[in-house]
Amino acid sequence: MKRLLEIEFIKLWNNRASKILIISYFVLLTSIALVAAIKFDIGPIQFHLAEQGIFNFPYIWHFNTYVTAIFKLFLAIVIVSMMANEYSNKTIKQNLIDGLSKKEFILSKFLTVISFALISTVFVFGVSMILGLIYSDFNEASIIFSDLEYLLAFFLKLVGFFSFCLFLGIFVKRSAFALGFLILWAIVEQLIFGLLGWKFVSWDTAKMIKGAFPLEATARLIEEPFSRLNAVKSVANQIGEEFSFDYAVHWYEILIVLAWTAIFIYSSYALLKKRDL
Amino acid sequence: METILTVNNLTKKFGYLTAVKDLSFSIEKGNVYGILGPNGSGKSTTLGIVLNVVNATSGGFSWFDGNTSTHDALKKVGAIIERPNFYPYMTALQNLKLVSKIKEVGQDKIEQKLELVGLLERKDSKFRTYSLGMKQRLAIASALLNDPEILILDEPTNGLDPQGIHQIRQIIKKIAAQGTTILLASHLLDEVEKVCSHVVILRKGEKLYSGRVDGMLASHGFFELRTDSSEQLLKFLEQNDSFGEVKQENGLITAFLEREMNAIELNKQLFASGIVLSHLVKRKESLEEQFLTLTENSNTTAATS
Repeated sequence: MKRLLEIEFIKLWNNRASKILIISYFVLLTSIALVAAIKFDIGPIQFHLAEQGIFNFPYIWHFNTYVTAIFKLFLAIVIVSMMANEYSNKTIKQNLIDGLSKKEFILSKFLTVISFALISTVFVFGVSMILGLIYSDFNEASIIFSDLEYLLAFFLKLVGFFSFCLFLGIFVKRSAFALGFLILWAIVEQLIFGLLGWKFVSWDTAKMIKGAFPLEATARLIEEPFSRLNAVKSVANQIGEEFSFDYAVHWYEILIVLAWTAIFIYSSYALLKKRDL
Repeated sequence: METILTVNNLTKKFGYLTAVKDLSFSIEKGNVYGILGPNGSGKSTTLGIVLNVVNATSGGFSWFDGNTSTHDALKKVGAIIERPNFYPYMTALQNLKLVSKIKEVGQDKIEQKLELVGLLERKDSKFRTYSLGMKQRLAIASALLNDPEILILDEPTNGLDPQGIHQIRQIIKKIAAQGTTILLASHLLDEVEKVCSHVVILRKGEKLYSGRVDGMLASHGFFELRTDSSEQLLKFLEQNDSFGEVKQENGLITAFLEREMNAIELNKQLFASGIVLSHLVKRKESLEEQFLTLTENSNTTAATS
């Protein structure tokens, strides 16, 4: 396992574009701390975002995992191109000839995906912890360490999404086209959802079916946190709206994402095995 | 003798096209083998199959004693196919470090191999800055990193300038002299003739011949004869069952032998029958002639270069 990770590390770290993207990604993860600096002070209106409760434990776990997950696109580019470049440089052929088995090849990519997800999770945990300790109104250990399932969801969300990217890289073989396909797929999911709800089943059923699609499934792991904010809630109350969303991470959502991850990784392996290089 | 590679009834179809047809041969340790055939005869496909990058349609192959998995066996093999494939953004040194990780060998041999192929001074240049000849030499260095039991080369001099071709051949000879088994696929006859002791000849995916280079046609050679009394000579040759085909061209008679006969014996017999020769040469076919004969015998459109 260490050998496979070392192999991948040499390939990635010596590639300037990948290196810059990876570094930017982690800088952006840290940059969520800058949200704390958002402050308006216009005469009577005083607004300090950090004081609005977004950094309160345990809400911060939800808020930060949701917001930082947006940056995953940077790593998606790295992952798609690390796979597709093996095809365009024909180095995948040379790797296999040099004695890497097809299983090891896929495993080395999957391990990289896991590592990216794991490091991101640890990173987000660290940044949120520091921000929380500075700005949170509650500092009891029992409150700090509650709702940590958002971190697990974050990890699985990244693993699932990156596995999809990995599969697209192998399937399409060209990084630009693979990224295009990713965007296309996101639209296709919405189209199918719209079509189902409009013509075939009720909107509620359509919504349920949509939850089984790969991109929607990874997205649903962590629901949007904004309507949970007190400020937003009170505004909504004033205009007579009542939010009653379900923000929790559900076991079946986790199961769907795990299933997709398994399908993508196994399909990548099956494709590689079947194809002549 | 120790067998390194056995190929059994290998067949590969690409759709309706059969690239390799029921091919069997084996490779023994210590010899230099050539796979010879015109472009598109299935050389690269065959190598691709035994190197685990192309799936066979039917038939199989086994490395060494047949008990090692293909990818483990490949760690004891050095192979270069078609074009040199490396990470363009990495230097020669970084690329070779990666290869030694894959092959699970130490990194202590990298400098030595780079020196062997004459790239030691350029080891810190990025791969994409290399000329084709340098890329090909780096590929050889990479294939030698594990001191392989067998070195497989697919058209190693393809596309190189004369100087590059010469450099590559010198390196191959050096490696062969160290006792490494070599399998060289080529469409260049003189390349195979110069380097190889054994040859497998392919045409349209079918094996036409496999065995020693000098025993290719099981040929006994041929006589080139010239005399003033051609009529008599032709008659003599027709009646003598040592000879097969006889050709006459510009007064020069070429008689192919069916069984061994030396020039002295023929001269004696002809003289005794009253035929005096003005020209008598016994020759063996060159590899090129043998190759053409072989490929033409099975069909007419054999392409050679």
